[in-house]
Amino acid sequence: MNLIRTGKSGTLESSDVMITVRNNPANKIEIKLKSIVEKGFGNHIRSFVESVLEEMMVVSAIVDIDDRSALDCVIRARLETALHRAAGITVFNWEEIQ
Amino acid sequence: MLYVPGNNPNMVKDAHIYRSDSVMFDLEDSVSVQEKDAARFLIFRALKSIDYENTETVVRINGLNTPFGVDDVKAMVRARPDVIRLPKTETPDDIKAVDKLISEVEKAAGIEEGSIKLFAAIENAKGVVHAYQIALSSPRLVGIAFGAEDFVTNLNTQRSKGGLELFTARQEILMASRAAGLHAIDTVFSDVNDDEGFRREVELIKSMGFDGKSVINPRQVSMVHEIYTPTMEQINSARKILRAIEQAESEGSGVASVNGKMIDKPIVERARRTLELAHLSGIYLDEMEEEEFNA
Repeated sequence: MNLIRTGKSGTLESSDVMITVRNNPANKIEIKLKSIVEKGFGNHIRSFVESVLEEMMVVSAIVDIDDRSALDCVIRARLETALHRAAGITVFNWEEIQ
Repeated sequence: MLYVPGNNPNMVKDAHIYRSDSVMFDLEDSVSVQEKDAARFLIFRALKSIDYENTETVVRINGLNTPFGVDDVKAMVRARPDVIRLPKTETPDDIKAVDKLISEVEKAAGIEEGSIKLFAAIENAKGVVHAYQIALSSPRLVGIAFGAEDFVTNLNTQRSKGGLELFTARQEILMASRAAGLHAIDTVFSDVNDDEGFRREVELIKSMGFDGKSVINPRQVSMVHEIYTPTMEQINSARKILRAIEQAESEGSGVASVNGKMIDKPIVERARRTLELAHLSGIYLDEMEEEEFNA
């Protein structure tokens, strides 16, 4: 998946997460995380986001995450939305989204 | 049926803790056009991850005549809620079109055909006029919900506390549902600070015969349950009736009497319904009764 613009999704409400993604000129994955549960879950969130990026075949991205204690399923949904927006995808391939 | 805005993770994750019979995740009116994609992904992931226990899960999709409806169906069938609810249903063809699309997606995704059920929401005069044809339009249909906010706008009026302007539509929807063997769910009561008005409305729609009510605030759930739960007096009276008819049947008679009143088939059916409601409300019934409702 190629990111052609900045994509953003989510809010700063409790149990939500705001995720911004854009292409990384350095051609690698860079994750910047701010979370109210970073002490306990920072490593988990980073590796979870990396695994979703890998699954979606994103190899170059800067990912800004402002987490308000979101569940994994919420982080995943917000990341998927932000990535689709950044890639300019408006026709969703639900056969491929597992 | 508790409404849950589809793009609010805080409400989505806790939707079932208020013990409503069903939760309805809304992708339609509570989600702005710019956030339709985000809400769809959120409900897709939530349904695949969160155990809503024995609370029925319903998703209100956008109509197929909008740019969002087809994607909603493609995503939601794969997330496997119990029910998909179609808003603003006007004709049987509206339901048939969604039914056909759900079948195609079920087949493509390897899901047993017919496993996702359908609810039709009727929200304008055209839908009310077609209520019975709508009720018969698909074997997936399990119920019809009435949406009064759009309905009163369509009628060029507004909602009153007494609900006179809704009377005919409620009756039509109820008759159509009963004739087709479907559930009928009444509309929301929007003034969440008017508990007394809410109670009056729930008592009214219960006495009309509705199976339940849509609610927009978790606080309203317990009030609906309280009104729909039979009293101990009603439960004991129902037990007497059922025991009397059982005894009469064992003696070869189809008619019995309790406290001097003749008991016939409709009274027996109402007594069974009372015990069924008691069972669904979590009131302990004796072992034989529990066995019957768990069967």
